[in-house]
Amino acid sequence: MDAELRFVNVISDAQMKQHRKSDLSTFEYTYKAEITNIHRLTEMENLYRIQIIDPEERRQFFFKPGQFLMLELPGIGEAPFSISSSPARHGDVELCIRKAGNLTNFLSRVGRGTHVGIRGPLGTSFPMEQMHGQNILLIAGGLGLAPLRSAIAYTQDNRSRFNSVDIIYGAKDPSQLLFTYLYDVWRADDIELSIIVDKPDTSWKGPTGLVTKIIEKMFAERDVSFYKNTYAIVCGPPVMFKFVCNMLNQKDIPMQKMFVSLERRMHCGMGKCCRCNVGSTYTCLKGPVFDYWTVMNLKEAI
Amino acid sequence: MIFRVFDKDELKKLFNVMVSANKVIGPVEIGRDRDNKPIYAFNEVKSFDSVRLDYTTTKLPAKRYFLPFKENLATFSLDADDWQKKVDYNIDRPFIFFGLHACDINALNKLDKVLLGSIYPMPYYAAKRENMFIIGLDCTPQPYCFCRSMGADTALHGFDMFITDVGDLYFVEILSDTAFNFLKNIKTAEPVEDDHIQYMKVVSEKNKKFTTHVDTTDLTKILDMEFQSDVWKQWGEQCLACGTCSKVCPTCYCYGVEETIDINLHGAKKTKFLYSCNLIDFAEVAGGHNFRPERHSRLKYRYYHKHRGFVEAYEESLCVGCGRCGEACLAGITVPEVIASVRGEAG
Ligand SMILES: Cc1cc2nc3c(=O)[nH]c(=O)nc-3n(C[C@H](O)[C@H](O)[C@H](O)COP(=O)(O)OP(=O)(O)OC[C@H]3O[C@@H](n4cnc5c(N)ncnc54)[C@H](O)[C@@H]3O)c2cc1C
Ligand code: SF4
Ligand code: SF4
Ligand code: FES
Repeated sequence: MDAELRFVNVISDAQMKQHRKSDLSTFEYTYKAEITNIHRLTEMENLYRIQIIDPEERRQFFFKPGQFLMLELPGIGEAPFSISSSPARHGDVELCIRKAGNLTNFLSRVGRGTHVGIRGPLGTSFPMEQMHGQNILLIAGGLGLAPLRSAIAYTQDNRSRFNSVDIIYGAKDPSQLLFTYLYDVWRADDIELSIIVDKPDTSWKGPTGLVTKIIEKMFAERDVSFYKNTYAIVCGPPVMFKFVCNMLNQKDIPMQKMFVSLERRMHCGMGKCCRCNVGSTYTCLKGPVFDYWTVMNLKEAI
Repeated sequence: MIFRVFDKDELKKLFNVMVSANKVIGPVEIGRDRDNKPIYAFNEVKSFDSVRLDYTTTKLPAKRYFLPFKENLATFSLDADDWQKKVDYNIDRPFIFFGLHACDINALNKLDKVLLGSIYPMPYYAAKRENMFIIGLDCTPQPYCFCRSMGADTALHGFDMFITDVGDLYFVEILSDTAFNFLKNIKTAEPVEDDHIQYMKVVSEKNKKFTTHVDTTDLTKILDMEFQSDVWKQWGEQCLACGTCSKVCPTCYCYGVEETIDINLHGAKKTKFLYSCNLIDFAEVAGGHNFRPERHSRLKYRYYHKHRGFVEAYEESLCVGCGRCGEACLAGITVPEVIASVRGEAG
């Protein structure tokens, strides 16, 4: 026989174009996208509007609220960010990004027109369809409003499918409030918006304290029947969502009707690098969105 | 399964046929340790005489051929605000692995589950894995081997052929058509009843030689129950957080990714490098929060991933019991001792 082994090429050119989870080429496939606008929200956070350049790819890009993507700036780095915009906008997404390290600081210095790479969408989502016909509590602390914004946009897009929609949002001080330009729009869409800051400045007229204060007020105002038909999405630091979820559980909202989003270090977003593991659960595959019951049962989660 | 037997002299002929047209990786002696015991490694081999068929365990697994410590996931050409991405799986030829022990073959089978599964299979691994022709080789249990406890002492699949020394002859199991064709180059025979008896005798002799055992009964539950146990803290005190255990482990695949810009500013690279969950910043995020700041929490995580999480996902553990990590650990931390202590057995 011919003793030379044949080289096996695992991906033929024909397969390069598909993006199913089971395709080999999906792993490092990057949509090329352009930063079409940068909106300075606070001193630390910018809202980047990012559009997939190829119109067909842009249309084909479907995501659900709560999912994230990997944003890459060649040579600088790649990191996970929750998609902050309405799923109805497909591959024309908004990301609300805080300056935190290498990539995020670099991003704060680039201009419109910069080309970036996008992998995704990745991870689990808030089960919005399951929530149809119900009340929703959307509770955010700090940057937690970033992933929540996509769920808010979904309720706006489908307002008739939900009963009451409440947003309860807490920030450290008024200068750190995100998406201030949208508050009136939310209210116009019949969303009850309550904002609280921990450290008020002289011009602050709203309530001061933690989100729990608003929740207590809500508890005093609404009767038990409200909570029977209510879902909650709670995004913020672990101490915050733990406290809030336990409070809501006192009103008998089942833990499986409360959703949180976990943040962990991620280097692949596809269940390979293991950096995101909580106990032995991959946050990038089984999360970042978990119901609270699952989180309670994860070792190392809180 | 097809079995054949062949004369010992024939193996060299087989090797020569293979090496005449392919790159062959095999176990070789690369030096001596301070007790004058040979140090083995998997390297490229050109002559049969340099292959050490009697090798015990290599210090490093053959991992660098399918999970290199460092490899580029992509390269970029940069041009003002635009760039082009080029993905290369970093392999251009098949490799023949001449003489992998059952544990190292089973390690590949385990890696296949995560890296070739239906959810985001990893093309860099797949491309190399598809181009591995594997000849398994039987071995003699060493004092640190506990592969039998982990169910990894025999390989049922994941190789092309597996050779067992049965005294005067080699007994070979053939799993692939390619292997079958290679064997046409040498004189082989159908095994007779005596050969079967001899084979079974060799296997049962081998089984008697295991001295280290790990009790894995109900281990996933025990790990859950003992999550807060103080024994982890004690191991944590001992651990140097050096990450050597992951580097030498044939089943550890965790990694990090880094991007760099070329000095001429016209290109950039996205590089993957194997990492270890015992290193301090494994779970540290931007802003400085570290989800596992203590050594014991990281050491515990490594055991948790291997002996609980992987079992939950694939009904087998992510450890083949090769003993490499224990042998390499400067703090003397071994899997059998850690697991015994978690089970509450005096170590
Ligand atoms: C599911 C998910 C959603 C997120 N959504 C947002 C968002 O909407 N807005 C926002 O501002 N931030 C978000 N983050 C956090 C964001 O990923 C980090 O701020 C970012 O990784 C920092 O990267 P860097 O290069 O600037 O920092 P560096 O410290 O230089 O980090 C180097 C690398 O480490 C990894 N890394 C470091 N910190 C984190 C982290 N916190 N999470 C994950 N990986 C990390 C990344 O791979 C990063 O490229 C999210 C994180 C996760 C896991
Ligand atoms: S267990 Fe041993 S080899 Fe592993 S990190 Fe700790 S000291 Fe290093
Ligand atoms: S954990 Fe240790 S004994 Fe188990 S496979 Fe890895 S190196 Fe071998
Ligand atoms: S981010 Fe790599 S495994 Fe989850």
